[in-house]
Amino acid sequence: MEPLTWTGNLGAWLDPVLWVALAAFAVAVVAVLLVGLLAPAPDLEVNADGTLAVRTGPRILADLALKATGGLLLLVILAYLLGGILLPWGQAGIVGAICRRFLPVWIALLLTFGISMRYKRNLGLYGKLFDSSVGMIGFGLVMFWVYTAIAAGVFDLIATHDPLTAVSGLKNKVPGIPVPGAEILGPGSHYLLGGDNLARDVFSRMVHGAWVVIQIAPLATVFAFMAGITLGLPAGYYGGRLDTVLSFLANLILAFPVILLFYLLVTPEMIQTGIPSYMAVGLFLFPLIFVGVLLWSRYRTQREKAVPMLAAVLFVLGLLYLSLISQEGTPIAFMGPIDLFDIPSGLLVVFVSVVFVNAPTVFRIVRGLTLDIKTRDYVAAAQTRGETPWYIMLWEILPNARGPLIVDFCLRIGYTTILLGTLGFFGLGLPPDSPDWGSTINAGRQLLSVFPHPALVPAMALLSLVLGLNLLADGLREESLRD
Amino acid sequence: MLRFLVRRVIAMVVTALCLTFVVFWLTNLGPNLEKVAKTEAGSRITDDDVASWLEKNGYDRPVLVRYGEWLGVVPGWTREADGIVTGRCVRLSEDPAAVPRFCGILQGEWGFSRVFRSEVADVIGRSLALTGKLMFFVLIVMVPGALVMGILAGMREGSRTDRVLSTASIAITATPEYVSGVVFIAVFTSSAVGLKWFNGSATSAMEDATFANFTLPVLTVALYAMGYVARMTRASMTEVMTAQYIRTARLKGVSFPQVVLRHALRNALIAPFTVIMLQIPWLLTGVVIVESLFNYKGFGWTLVEAAGNNDVELLLGISVVSVLVVLVTQLISDLGYVYLNPRIRLS
Repeated sequence: MEPLTWTGNLGAWLDPVLWVALAAFAVAVVAVLLVGLLAPAPDLEVNADGTLAVRTGPRILADLALKATGGLLLLVILAYLLGGILLPWGQAGIVGAICRRFLPVWIALLLTFGISMRYKRNLGLYGKLFDSSVGMIGFGLVMFWVYTAIAAGVFDLIATHDPLTAVSGLKNKVPGIPVPGAEILGPGSHYLLGGDNLARDVFSRMVHGAWVVIQIAPLATVFAFMAGITLGLPAGYYGGRLDTVLSFLANLILAFPVILLFYLLVTPEMIQTGIPSYMAVGLFLFPLIFVGVLLWSRYRTQREKAVPMLAAVLFVLGLLYLSLISQEGTPIAFMGPIDLFDIPSGLLVVFVSVVFVNAPTVFRIVRGLTLDIKTRDYVAAAQTRGETPWYIMLWEILPNARGPLIVDFCLRIGYTTILLGTLGFFGLGLPPDSPDWGSTINAGRQLLSVFPHPALVPAMALLSLVLGLNLLADGLREESLRD
Repeated sequence: MLRFLVRRVIAMVVTALCLTFVVFWLTNLGPNLEKVAKTEAGSRITDDDVASWLEKNGYDRPVLVRYGEWLGVVPGWTREADGIVTGRCVRLSEDPAAVPRFCGILQGEWGFSRVFRSEVADVIGRSLALTGKLMFFVLIVMVPGALVMGILAGMREGSRTDRVLSTASIAITATPEYVSGVVFIAVFTSSAVGLKWFNGSATSAMEDATFANFTLPVLTVALYAMGYVARMTRASMTEVMTAQYIRTARLKGVSFPQVVLRHALRNALIAPFTVIMLQIPWLLTGVVIVESLFNYKGFGWTLVEAAGNNDVELLLGISVVSVLVVLVTQLISDLGYVYLNPRIRLS
């Protein structure tokens, strides 16, 4: 069977157009930058009747050029996408085949954007996101990876091969290489993005790596936020000695070089001592405390409603908590048969250390916001009403701090993704054959200058996800400031 | 001012003690020591042999006591068996009578590195010099780049220039070192792409750094930090540009470039100074990644070697240095903020 080229038959006439569009776009970007620096500021003209008119000047022209070339570029990319989906398998080359494999993701994205755009006026801050182009691009990138992760991890779509099986003879082969013995042209007949140093499919590993990252990063960030909020609110609200002690501890952790901490904590010997398990016992307790106090402070005057609700919620969370911390093969294993699930100890230690590194920064942000917000009038009003301190913290201060916290949450998921990649890059924690992006980059970097594709593919995947999260955070910040 | 300084220094010392103790404790946990014993005395020894090896080498006493020894406030252990005196400080002197009682970090004894088979102080000194060279070039690239980017973006908030530069700085902060390093190596050094402009390894740059072998490592470390500093500079610049005195200057008829260079810049650069200072410790992670990726045997590479082999004394030395760097840069950034800001300095 023939190896696939990058763009196949489609590329014969689309490739030159793409290059032209790219070059024109680059020229337009540079022109906008130069014009912005050199041209006189506003090209405004005062009419006789006192109104203002914008005169066509270099700025307007550069803007137009940017929009036109950007539009052209977008159209060309769309043509590749449609060509890949509509033409028979392999006709549109590797790019087309990949576009076709991602079909479920495109459909999900189209639906998400369509519905969100339709109802954006009723969707609060989320709806406002669709007013800013930066926010939309960021949201699109993030959702692309979320849908990819779910499609690959849960429904087993998208990936063309198993991420762990090797096909002999395809070690370090270039993208588009046919699988030996494959008869029918179709998904699985080629290694779309080549083979890695153990002859596994780079494309499938990248897709399955998304599932690992999308599972860990947001969850670890949520835990870090729970710990940071539960400790940061009282530190800022009460101040005094509590604040001094907690702030000192936070600064202590922050003064610790992250990479050194990882090297000390994420080792097999450390797992043997059980320290990560004990840390998990402490860190994972915060969501329970948070939810418990949240509900109790709100409903404590309605005992008949509060007690059953609290009991039900705490029972479910407690069961999850106990199954999470209790594990076979660690010093903490007491659940026995009622243990709901076990997490591999390597994964647990990665999770714990990422939460541990992130929590102090969240603590500092929450503390700062609390210090600011507690001087507001509505807090004083709540105090006069006789509300309990925890009610004021969780139901008056926290909702009013949500803007900066949501923005930081997005940024922090990106940072957590970077940290996970760092751990994988140094081969810490996760098993070496894990398809997550950091480990894959690590495996691919040995022969980087001869076979760049096994490392380059996960690197670009990680880059696009983190970029998406950062753009999303930027869009959210812009829109929440506009309120 | 003096009270502030004294309080800061006390907090610094307490922090340094806590952190070094944590590192000491973590590296001296049971399984870690067992690993050390097995690498030193052979990997097939029994548990009894491990215990006796640990006892012979002074590892069997309480952690706090050994931390005190390492620090140099508790006398070093000695042990006499078959007429041969062994002990923590014995290797320092040929003459048994002249062996010092204390030999810890306070006496300037950093210990002996098992991996490199030489004095920790030498290893750290050598690697710090190499990393210093790297950092010097990183700062030379990063600081002007970030400041120019931030000022250009921040002087006209909301303009196209601002949009393009802000998006670029976001893109840069989203690119961790291991991604940009991999991309750089793949594009500029690989035979697959064919642009063989630079070297993919910086080992030769340790001796003599040239454009070809040092550009990529420097660029990789500088880029990631640059985006963050540029964003902070932009924020500070936009804040200054909306100030009253800038409007006054504009209304007085001062030209826009003059306003930016004369009036805005000085005040806008105070915040980036502290950010750059605080960014230096953060560069450590980048340095570790880049030095492993480009095989440049500096501080970060030494950290990886020490941690991978649980070289306790070297690891402790490294953590002392890195913790000191963090604390000193924090102090400088605070002092610099006070010094640069006339409103605080003169009050």
